Amino acid sequence: MLIDLGKFVEAERPHWDALEVLLKRFENNPDLLLPLDEAQRFHYLYQRSASALNKIGTFASEPELKRYLEWLVSRAYAEIHESHDRKSFNPWKWFTISFPRTFRRRWQAFQMSIALTVLGVLFGCIALAIDPEAKSVIMPFSHLGGKPSERVAQEMKDKGERLSGHKAHFSAELMTHNTKVTIFTMGLGITFGLGTILLLFYNGVILGAVAFDYIADGQLIFLLGWLLPHGVIEIPAILLGGQAGFVIAHALIGWGSRVSRRERFRIASPDIVTIMGAAAVFLIWAGIVEAFFSQYHEPVLPYGVKIAFGCAEFAALVFFLWRGGRRAA
Amino acid sequence: MRATSPSHYDSLPIRTPEGIEFSLPLAGPVSRLMALAVDLMVVGAIGKGIQMLTAPFLALSVDAGSAIQILLFFVVNFLYGILCEWLLHGQTLGKRILKLRVVDAAGLRLEPSQIVLRNLLRLVDGLPAFYLLGGFTCLLNKRMQRLGDIAAGTVVVRVPEVAQPDLDQILGSKFNSLLEHRHLCARLRQRVRPELTALALQALIRRDQLDANSRLAVFKDLAGHFRQLVTFPPEVTEAIGDEQYVRNVVEALYRK
Repeated sequence: MLIDLGKFVEAERPHWDALEVLLKRFENNPDLLLPLDEAQRFHYLYQRSASALNKIGTFASEPELKRYLEWLVSRAYAEIHESHDRKSFNPWKWFTISFPRTFRRRWQAFQMSIALTVLGVLFGCIALAIDPEAKSVIMPFSHLGGKPSERVAQEMKDKGERLSGHKAHFSAELMTHNTKVTIFTMGLGITFGLGTILLLFYNGVILGAVAFDYIADGQLIFLLGWLLPHGVIEIPAILLGGQAGFVIAHALIGWGSRVSRRERFRIASPDIVTIMGAAAVFLIWAGIVEAFFSQYHEPVLPYGVKIAFGCAEFAALVFFLWRGGRRAA
Repeated sequence: MRATSPSHYDSLPIRTPEGIEFSLPLAGPVSRLMALAVDLMVVGAIGKGIQMLTAPFLALSVDAGSAIQILLFFVVNFLYGILCEWLLHGQTLGKRILKLRVVDAAGLRLEPSQIVLRNLLRLVDGLPAFYLLGGFTCLLNKRMQRLGDIAAGTVVVRVPEVAQPDLDQILGSKFNSLLEHRHLCARLRQRVRPELTALALQALIRRDQLDANSRLAVFKDLAGHFRQLVTFPPEVTEAIGDEQYVRNVVEALYRK
């Protein structure tokens, strides 16, 4: 069966034009909310155009017209079936309410991050205890290569002047570098989690080796004063990257899930973005603290103050992650 | 609603809950690479702009100036794709020039989290260098998705040229002698296959793209097919050429 294409196009064109006008309005203003009568008209125009597409596809096989209608219908379909939450974005509510809730909802993934990092820390400690010569391999950083006690003596002599005139630059580099590491830790979740596992483990190995090196040289207090102020925020931020990575891996593998992979990712993606956004906020804070606070040692800043500051930060972080967003629920 | 599993690499068929089917033409890796090159140039240009704008800060304080530069470069690198795709409805400047658009793989509206996720995963797609991982994944994937697209549930499609077809321009308004024989036209409509009609219509639309010899051969072939289906009286057909015959047949078929 064939249709009179000319008459058909002539009769339908005003409806397609009207639908185009409405779609343009949506494109110009994504948050547009139509009044009821206009919304009904929009739905009617969508259905009519979809019906025209069906007719064209079945009867006339006219590719140019079909392509035009497909584009029109696909755009209208996206607008009509949109699932986007139209509530305006409130950064404060997002950080203080959405993020802690998301964090707790994905707690298992965070536990995995912690477990792998702890495993890495143990490996780093044991490796350096068994073979101290492995230090240069495990920690390929020039500033950590020397004897810890010599570094401590040098730092005390410098009185925090080592970074004088470079603090802001150093802070910016720390923020960008750590953010990249965190994004990699998250992104490598797409390798079925293997990349995330390796990165978390490797981070743990470095941390463990550094800790063992300083403790074995009798510099525990210096180590705590140096690492705690920024580390208690920076390390959890990287663990959050790992958490997001495992959420990706879980959505990809889909153990125990009956929904399709696409649906699993659709559910997971807002959580992943929320976790990563919070990790970025943490890393900004950690970068500032590391450059402007952690690098000052005794006699400029007593270790007790630095350790107490780090402990207070950690307690606040744990409380925030544990209790945040509960009252609003 | 579901996206039916694609058999081709060039389009993404989608079936809605209402039973409507449409397909989105997928963008190939070459056009995506070209769009990426344009975007890199734009980001580079913005970087130059940042350098010029922050020069006064460097004069005041090297430390603060360089920190601002590092942070701004980083932010632009990450936010360029996110902001463009958000504000320009799935398009960066490169994609806009190359007529590409990021859309939801199920045909739904793009959500902000999808845009952020696909752009964050650029870092992994770029491994080990020059987008090799993302490029290979794209080539191996039926929907031409890089890793970021897989995680975000997005595809990159070509924005088709969507001019409404003008049938009058194709068929013209000349006298059509075949229409005087209504019963033969009805028989023709009954016997003809839609594919042959569509083919004839396409030949008329694209006649100017054919050289003279090819055009003669194509319309001779088509006219031959139509003549086998129904025989019109000689006085109606003998005065017109093959192309006009095909034109009259198409008009008789489409305009009842």
